[in-house]
Amino acid sequence: MPVTTMNGREIQVNDEGFLTEYDEWDEELAKVLANYIHIHLTDEHWKVIRFLREDFKTQGETATTRRVQTVGGVPTKEQFTLFPKKPAKKMAYIAGLPKPRGCV
Amino acid sequence: MTITQDLVIPKFNDDVETDRKLGVICSKGNLDMAYPGLILGNAALGEGVETHMFFTFWGLDMITKARMRDLKFTPVGNTATHMPMGLTPFPGMTGMATHQMKKSIADLGVPEVPEFLEQIVAAGGHLWACRLSADMHHLTDADLYEGVEGIISASDFIELTNGAQLLFI
Repeated sequence: MPVTTMNGREIQVNDEGFLTEYDEWDEELAKVLANYIHIHLTDEHWKVIRFLREDFKTQGETATTRRVQTVGGVPTKEQFTLFPKKPAKKMAYIAGLPKPRGCV
Repeated sequence: MTITQDLVIPKFNDDVETDRKLGVICSKGNLDMAYPGLILGNAALGEGVETHMFFTFWGLDMITKARMRDLKFTPVGNTATHMPMGLTPFPGMTGMATHQMKKSIADLGVPEVPEFLEQIVAAGGHLWACRLSADMHHLTDADLYEGVEGIISASDFIELTNGAQLLFI
């Protein structure tokens, strides 16, 4: 796995740039990742990101947009506003998680 | 062995203006044939692709309020169920198969048809009903799911999806 430097430390990522180690992520790093993809994090963004982190811990996989709505309580429409055009992948990237594998 | 590399940022490609569009034509009213269109349309929206769904012939059932919650799956004539075909027409088989399929779908966290349509509309998808099919069944806007933008002709849909990739289901 490739290693890159972010926020002054070494971080393991995959070929696309997604983090591969759950524990290498912290909220400071999320701000850096969000900045890379031109998203300014607000409280609403944090609600999604914290949900994704917690949910991954119990489920072992990244929540889909459907799950972020039904379990995380953030409506689909809002997800598209917060993370424009490709919410599922952008949320996962900032939360330091793999892309969701589910179809829905 | 680890390889140190320069910073890689995922290419979401959403800053590139794209004219990619997808048109999904849903022509079937069986439960099992409703899902492929919904799943692909929803996936396209999640990738930032402008998506138009056209409900025609039996596909109109997917957006007809009185029927959309009650689509059925039958094993009759469907060899992919691997059931003895002689048994499939027995009374109750379709109900049982429908119940089983709904359960499998729900277990995967996939919504029922009306909720799925709601999600597609929330994601910016466009739903269109076929004029001829609506006339055949004597249906008007009031009979259709509220997220449907209009009842349009086949040529309207073709015009609307100018340059789009099309899926016929």
